[in-house]
Formats: sequence, C-alpha cells, structure tokens
Amino acid sequence: MDLTLKVWRQDGPQARGRFETYPVPGISADMSFLEMLDIVNERLITEGVEPIQFEHDCREGICGSCGVMINGKAHGGHERTATCQLHMRTFKDGDTIVVEPWRAGAFPVIRDLVVNRSALDRIIEVGGFISINTGSAPEANMLPIPKEVSDAAMDAAECIGCGACVAACPNGAAQLFTSAKLQHLNLLPQGQAERWQRTVAMVETMEEYFGGCTNHGECQVACPKGISIDFISYMNRDFIKGKSINRRLGGQGLAK
Amino acid sequence: MVQAKPRSTVEAAVTPVNRRPKRQMPWPLNLYQTAVGKKWVMAITGVIGMGFIALHMFGNLKIYLGAAELDHYAVGLREIAYPILPKENALWLMRGLLLVSLVLHVHSAFSLWAMNRRARPMGYQSKRDYIAANWASRTMKWTGPIILLFLAFHLSDLTWGFANPDFEHGAVYNNVVASFERVPVSILYIVANLALGVHLYHGAWSLFQSLGVNNPSINWLRRGFAALFTAVIVGGNISFPIAVLTGIVG
Repeated sequence: MDLTLKVWRQDGPQARGRFETYPVPGISADMSFLEMLDIVNERLITEGVEPIQFEHDCREGICGSCGVMINGKAHGGHERTATCQLHMRTFKDGDTIVVEPWRAGAFPVIRDLVVNRSALDRIIEVGGFISINTGSAPEANMLPIPKEVSDAAMDAAECIGCGACVAACPNGAAQLFTSAKLQHLNLLPQGQAERWQRTVAMVETMEEYFGGCTNHGECQVACPKGISIDFISYMNRDFIKGKSINRRLGGQGLAK
Repeated sequence: MVQAKPRSTVEAAVTPVNRRPKRQMPWPLNLYQTAVGKKWVMAITGVIGMGFIALHMFGNLKIYLGAAELDHYAVGLREIAYPILPKENALWLMRGLLLVSLVLHVHSAFSLWAMNRRARPMGYQSKRDYIAANWASRTMKWTGPIILLFLAFHLSDLTWGFANPDFEHGAVYNNVVASFERVPVSILYIVANLALGVHLYHGAWSLFQSLGVNNPSINWLRRGFAALFTAVIVGGNISFPIAVLTGIVG
C-alpha cells in the first residue's frame, strides 16, 4: 500500500504546531497503525528528521496510551478498536491519512501526538478507589451481588482511561470516563460506603477540567471498550442524590 | 544523523479550565452551581416547556371548529381554576412558571456553552468526522436562539398584537387568519416550527439521560417518544398556517 501521512508536528507544549506531509510507500495491509508509524519513524531517522512522537505501550488495546485522532475520528472510528488494534487494511491504497493529537483544554500537547492526560488522574485521586481493606480475593459466591449488577460493574471497569471520550466529544467532556470509573465502584457492595462522597467529589473535579455533556453520544462510539452512555445517566442520578440525601442516615430521606 | 531539536523545558502543565464556586449555596441552589445540576434544570424546564407546547398546540386545534369555539377557548384560559381563584390568576401563575423556566433554560444553556468552549480552547485543526452526533444535537445552540426570536415575534403578533395590523383583542380566530394570510408570516411560522422540531427531537430524548432516567430494556422508548412528540407538535402547528393559506380555515 502506498499512503500519504499528514501528521501533526509540535516541538513542545508552547511551540506552534503544524501539519507535515510524508509519503508512505510500501506499507503492508497486515500492519497495525502503530507499526506503520514505526516504519515512518525509521525512515525519518535515516533521513535525519526527528521521528514522530506518539505514546504507546501494550499495543493490544488495554493500556490506553496510544489514542490519536485519525481522519477526524478518535482511534480511527472503528467499533471497540484502539489505535494499536487498527489495521492498515481498513485504509485504501493511495489514501491520505490525517493524524492529530487529542484536543482539549485539559490535555495539553507535550510533543507531536503525545498529550498530557493527567487531568484524568485528578478525577481518580478524589474518589476512584475503595478505602476499606478488602483483603485477599474472597470466595466469589460470598459477595451478595446479582450477576447482572456485577456484569454491569465489569462493563464500566473496562475503561482504560485513553481519553477518546474527551477527544471525540464536541464539548470536550469527560463524562463517559468519570461515569465508568464511578459506576465500576458504585455498583459493587464494597463501593457503597463511599458512594455519595465519591460521586460528588469526582463529578466536581471533572467539571473543573472538562466540558459538560449534551448527549451527542459521540463518546460511546469512540470508546475502544464500547462503554455505554447509560453510565452517564446513572452518574447524573447519583450526583443529584449524593448532593441531596442525608448521609448520616445512610442515604434515607432528604436534607443535608 | 538525527538533529535533535531542543526539547522544551516547559512542562505541559494541566490547569483547570473552570473555577470551582468559592461558596456553596444552600441546597437546592448548590445543584445549579454544577454542570450536571444545570443539565437537570435544563431538562426539567424543558419538560415544562414541552408541556406548554403540547397543550398550546392541542388547544389551538379548536380553530378547526370555527371562530366561536376558538374565541370561547381563549376566554376559558383566563378562567382556569375560577371561581376558586379570581379570574386570570391561574393564567398568570402559569405564565410566571413559563417565564422562569424559559430564563433558566436559556441561562443554563448559555453557561454550559461557555464552559464547553473553555474546555477546548484550540479545536481540531483537521476536519472532524462525527459518527453519532446528529444534526439535531449539534444545532441545539442555533435552533434555540431561532425559537427565542420567533417567540418574540409570535407574542408581538398574536398576544400583544403590534406586529399584526388587523389585531383586535379577544378576536382570536380573526387575528390568526389575518396574520397567516400574510404569506411571509406563514412561511416564518413554518420555518420556526421546523427549528422547534429539530430542537425537540434532541431535547425530548436528551432529557431522559440528563435526569438519569435510563433502563436499557426500555431505552428504545426514549427515542421513539422524542420522534413521536416532535412529529405531533410540528405537524399540528404547521397545519394552522397551511390551513389558512389553502382556505380551509378563514
């Protein structure tokens, strides 16, 4: 395959970025997108050009570090596919591929395609954990939880924190990330003690860094783990509850 | 030989784009200090607006029963809850509720829009390709102001009457006919109602998400409700100018 790559180059956080175009001949359709970038970088190095910087680690869709915008779609826009799982056979010979970093106020570009996603960590820090000592893994059937609920918590726990939801959202909102991290814990018995405190703290921190949800649904189709916007709805409900219920009565009754 | 460009010594520091409110207001006002709470307010005021729009359209169908029926209905609106309340009191209570809802709906929309702009100061430099976001959801910030401008005209035309040269207080049927016989006005009503339809199609679905009304087994009903509600409202409203222009009414 002979392709043309139009890629965002930016020398540093404060530098002005620009698109640069590189011809990319002789790419195998069986390569992954990142392998294609590796090939481009090898050629750039032999030509004496600084290679394109991009973030990557596991290359099997579980670390969440490789996200970039490909032709205007987060991770290239294929269902449940991270950039590293995207194969070159999804492109046609002669295509021009445009690659751009995530854009959000809270995701400053470090260099080229690499952005600083630590705003997501700020959200986790204020409540994305369970403070009780859960000990070693208990016998599975000892946990009083219906199968459907544990399945839903597991669906939420699939979030790899890649930031595609923020990148894809026309508002730059992190609701899908935050709601997944919340419901992953809020649905489980171990998460109940801190449920309302966690929800309020994480949502309020999220709102410091990101935009608001207008229910476009763009995040759930961009999510490489296929996390549903249903979780956003549950988060909206839990947040208002968390702000309104009497926590001294374990959540029964109004007033604060 | 790779010419290493000087690496930036400046960290790509992550700074908040929105300030946390300095002071928490007492419940329930503190809810409105958050974006999620503003979306609740937007959804609830939207439901109030939808209720009004539905009753408004339904009541106006009386135009097909003739001048006497429609004018009598208009008088009846002033006598809601009479004699428990003095005449027009219930009407003014409802008008007050609608006005407060409208102000909150617009204010929450505007402040969330500003928040979303701060959240992405530098947009994508290449063309975005949206997958799920539809035309309705992406034009809410345009259909909203169109509806607001139309509302100002609609009130001047058929409530206050100064935009309608043949306006006569209380003669509802004649006023409507006189207004819609002006072809540009009829076209304006039709266009504005199409904008309202686009706004409703997203809003009437979106409100369930915002309010946390979500059950995957019956979620298909939410889209269906939005589509049906939009079709009924827009169809009913657009029928009035068309009926006048084609001579069915008047």
